[in-house]
Amino acid sequence: MKNRGGQPVVVPAGSPGPTGSGQPAAATKKSLSASIAKFRELGLLAFIVILAVGVQFRNTSFLTWENLNDIATNTAILSILAVGMMLVIITRGIDLSIGATLALSGMIAALTVKEYPGLNPYVAVLLGVGIGIACGAVLGFLVSKINILPIIATLGMMNVFRGLTYEASGGKWVSAHQMPESFKAIATGKVLGINNLIFIAILIYIVAYYFVNHTRTGRQIYAVGSNPESAEVSGIKSGRILWLVYTIMGGLSGLAGVLWVAKFASAQGDTASGYELSVIAACVLGGVSIAGGSGKISGIILGSVLLGILNNALPMIDVSPFWQNWIQGMIILVAVLINAMVKRGIDRNNLMRRRI
Amino acid sequence: MSEFILELKGITKTFPGVKALDDVYFKLKPGEIHALMGENGAGKSTFIKVITGVHAPDEGGEMYLDGQPVNFRNPKDAQKAGIAAIYQHVTCYPDLTVTENIFMGHEKIAKGTKRLLWREMHEEAGNLLKELGASFSPKTLMGALSVAEQQIVEIAKALSVNARIIIMDEPTAALTNNESEELYRIAEKLRDQGTSIIFISHRFEDMYRLASKVTVFRDSKYIGTWGVNEISNADLIVAMVGREITQLFPKKEAEIGEELLRVEGLGKTGYFADVSFTLRKGEILGLTGLVGAGRTEVCQAIFGAERADKGKIFYKGQELAVRNPLHAMKQGIGYLPEDRQKQGLVLSWEIGRNITLSSLEKMSKKGHINTRKEWDLAKRLAEKVSVKAKSVFDLASSLSGGNQQKVVFAKLLTADLDILILDEPTKGVDVGAKSAIYEIISDLACSGYGIILVSSEMPEIIGMCDRVAVMREGRITAFMDREGISQEAILRASMADADPQQDQQRWA
Amino acid sequence: MEPRLLENKKEFSLKGFFMQWEWMLVLLFVAMTIMNVNLSEFYWNFDNLRDATMSFLDKAFIVLPMVFIIILGDIDISVGSIVALSSVIMADLYNHGVPMPLAMVICLAVGTLCGFINGLLIVKFKELSAVIVTLSTMIIYRGIAYILLKDQAAGKFPDWFNFLGWDYVGGIPFILIVFAVFAVGFWYLLHKTTFGRKVYAMGSNITASRFSGIQTDRVKIIVFTLAGLMSAVTALFLTSRMGSTRPNIATGYELDVIAMVVLGGISTSGGKGRMIGAILAIFLIGYLRYGLGLVNVSAQTLLIIIGLLLIFAVAVPQLKRVRSKR
Repeated sequence: MKNRGGQPVVVPAGSPGPTGSGQPAAATKKSLSASIAKFRELGLLAFIVILAVGVQFRNTSFLTWENLNDIATNTAILSILAVGMMLVIITRGIDLSIGATLALSGMIAALTVKEYPGLNPYVAVLLGVGIGIACGAVLGFLVSKINILPIIATLGMMNVFRGLTYEASGGKWVSAHQMPESFKAIATGKVLGINNLIFIAILIYIVAYYFVNHTRTGRQIYAVGSNPESAEVSGIKSGRILWLVYTIMGGLSGLAGVLWVAKFASAQGDTASGYELSVIAACVLGGVSIAGGSGKISGIILGSVLLGILNNALPMIDVSPFWQNWIQGMIILVAVLINAMVKRGIDRNNLMRRRI
Repeated sequence: MSEFILELKGITKTFPGVKALDDVYFKLKPGEIHALMGENGAGKSTFIKVITGVHAPDEGGEMYLDGQPVNFRNPKDAQKAGIAAIYQHVTCYPDLTVTENIFMGHEKIAKGTKRLLWREMHEEAGNLLKELGASFSPKTLMGALSVAEQQIVEIAKALSVNARIIIMDEPTAALTNNESEELYRIAEKLRDQGTSIIFISHRFEDMYRLASKVTVFRDSKYIGTWGVNEISNADLIVAMVGREITQLFPKKEAEIGEELLRVEGLGKTGYFADVSFTLRKGEILGLTGLVGAGRTEVCQAIFGAERADKGKIFYKGQELAVRNPLHAMKQGIGYLPEDRQKQGLVLSWEIGRNITLSSLEKMSKKGHINTRKEWDLAKRLAEKVSVKAKSVFDLASSLSGGNQQKVVFAKLLTADLDILILDEPTKGVDVGAKSAIYEIISDLACSGYGIILVSSEMPEIIGMCDRVAVMREGRITAFMDREGISQEAILRASMADADPQQDQQRWA
Repeated sequence: MEPRLLENKKEFSLKGFFMQWEWMLVLLFVAMTIMNVNLSEFYWNFDNLRDATMSFLDKAFIVLPMVFIIILGDIDISVGSIVALSSVIMADLYNHGVPMPLAMVICLAVGTLCGFINGLLIVKFKELSAVIVTLSTMIIYRGIAYILLKDQAAGKFPDWFNFLGWDYVGGIPFILIVFAVFAVGFWYLLHKTTFGRKVYAMGSNITASRFSGIQTDRVKIIVFTLAGLMSAVTALFLTSRMGSTRPNIATGYELDVIAMVVLGGISTSGGKGRMIGAILAIFLIGYLRYGLGLVNVSAQTLLIIIGLLLIFAVAVPQLKRVRSKR
């Protein structure tokens, strides 16, 4: 719910966030920082609209129902992963292994359905999630119990998971014709007229919103990231929170792996290689502070959607796909630099208030 | 039921090498505001930590709550017993709301679903804040509040766990007068409702305004408890300081020479403003005032570790724009930082390498370090300041506080300096080592250094300095020379409420 | 007060000498050699062992400055991308008619510039960690390589360029000679000069270092710039060895490099470790790969092994610390 630097943010009643309904004196005093915080979400939204309109001018097939649906299904997996990554980043960590976890669980699910075509697709989903949870739990153990820096632990395990993916498949692909229709239907089927992927993503967002805002454990994740020392004093078991966060990330990666394989109807050794970077970009873009302690669900939705639109729109306006890497990197860099500058501005503003 | 809600008898707390509390007594009545006074290092902080269960006292002392003996093993025990502490530096979650900060660790949860009851928590937090007269919403982010407002939140937190004893550790140090007034009002209200408050402060006005009893500690020992109306200001100061000041200090008369440093109108937004003074060769200039008055910031600006945004610095008559610490040291300005463990030493290194760190260029040729030369120099300087250790290869972390500080001194002596800025050089150093450090300072002044001595310890300032500048809220409020220095004058200048511009005696 | 005489000659402690991580590496090296000799009859052969260095030493150039970075307590995960970018620019320029020697100089310049940008960003935005800065430049640098070359390969270098990666001087691989020179240089820089001393000081306590008159920003920028330069050196040798380049060249090098440094006993919390350990680790991992490659262990299995080695190397000292805390 929070942005670092402490700007009051308007959120609906009944949620833990601050509202703008504070006293006038307080409101005017903090108007600058408040507007900056609002600016991020509104700015993102405005940017998305402008981008959409701009692309529409260049290519009229952009704002069609079909294409929008396409964007939404493509964004679904990214946004599912962004939820987990947000939690990890809030605790001041980072997870570079999710692409590999995704590939491993996707591959094993695909191999299983290839072997047992009659298998209920739900079992395949559960299998993928289970493998993801196992991968995440290992990472969480390394980070919380052995105190390995998240960057090192996830970098190392990324290779292990990726290697295991190749080992499992013997370097071969599982391609569309080897997968039963029931499995591929996971990605094409519909619930209440909504594509399964979108439905699952929405479901996860609702659960995650409830979890981070309305449960004690969810709030403790923020507390651990906001001030680890105080968290210990308040009796929060930081180690357990860290472990939990990486395990959730793993579970979501596992789920995303099955969805990915079903959607693209192929499982490869290098599935989703480098995808972790898109996920991190979505989070940073959505205002998740890399210094920990702050990040909101609404922010990462917008971040994921913006990235999803960019990925869809760039080819439509004849931007070479080879620019995508660069654009993504610049997005991350510029977003973190702007976050840092905004924070500095707020600090300077606070100093001015001391009137010395 | 005992007359006292909290009673401590003969509490002692020893840390390796230091007696932080020595046979201390304390009695607190219900609904009483009890001031605890003493100089820095008198043992007040340790005392609080014993009451709040952070430190366990040594065997032999007794602590009673409502007449029942208690023994806190951890802070949680003390919390459960209804004791809460509010520290000068608020520890909070800046990214979370006020409500969450208040309820962290004892959230309200719906039975069964384990859902957090935000509405109830916001409401209760709002009521607590309203009770305390705060004007901000409980949904505000903690980080967006001023220090004063954050302290109110901490008080609200104490109330939310139904604390019966609230300890306030220098709560007014970082507050403006209006904010202090607000805090007084809250404290009085709590007292009237039956809460007991232990109020720790350097400010006499705090004590006179609020407390009915005052207890004084000095040098880790219990000195006495008086009714506030029974004891005069002068007697209280004697109780706090208690010794013949000049004797402790081996201040030798140094020959005061030409001007080394002149600072004119130095300012840094939010930290200090209009700071002007001069420093001469052989002179010890004291810079005192309450913690947070901006002394360290001024020193670091002169040393180039921070950047001032107004004013000029003249070094030996030439205007000098200090770019960074290296530049300052090359010119001849050295700085002994306030926190020797974090800013002064590489604790995991040997004494020798610590000493030579700031003058590596001297014992190297084209970047190649001559280790023979290095160890010789380290040995010579370590002996000069009489560091007590076996060899220059002993780790800095293995030394006592006083010896660590001597190593930092030795480090300063490796460079060719004219001006030494010493920021709280005796903080956390035991008495024996203190006088050794005073001797070093005095010798340095005699050998021609100009010294700025930053200190909160009044005896030290009075015993060592040729002139004293007192700072309050980022400005210099008074200058005194050796004849004019007195405790009362310093206290008045560091706490006075008059417009700082009026009683500022410019040196020129 | 009577000044006490302090000892200033170090006494030699045999126990202290042998209680060093480097001996652990030597033991591992011996064990690995015995294993490899038993696995393959082709392993224990001077020519083979000599030629193996030509295939694994390319990334070793980056290990040298990475030791400095990790001693500083920072990390640089953009090095693989810098290799790709400087290699691609060199090949692209050459294919557009720039003389090869000039293209090579530009390659070095590009790497240096990339490293400098990393350093500058890290120093100017202290609130950002090196992780996030180099993560974003990692994507950006490789992104530029993709923009330049799409997914094409570029190459057809002059014959003499092969010399770097394939030839011998006096029977010794050229790359080994160059590496030895750099290794000695970096060893000297780290252990014998004021610069190295400052790096250790900053890794142990950066505030105290700043107050001691060390220009911490400058030291940091130099170290990251060195990492960029050495990545470009890697690019030269790697490109020569491969004969052509692609934007996806040197993918994952950051992991290998960091694994070697950490295995070499350099602590990720900064301030500790020695160059010799990292150099031992380079050969340990290099020959391990070579030996396992001889018996057709797949590249993917090697990935797993390297990943586990990295985790193992950071976990061991941490476990020791956890235990001593109790």
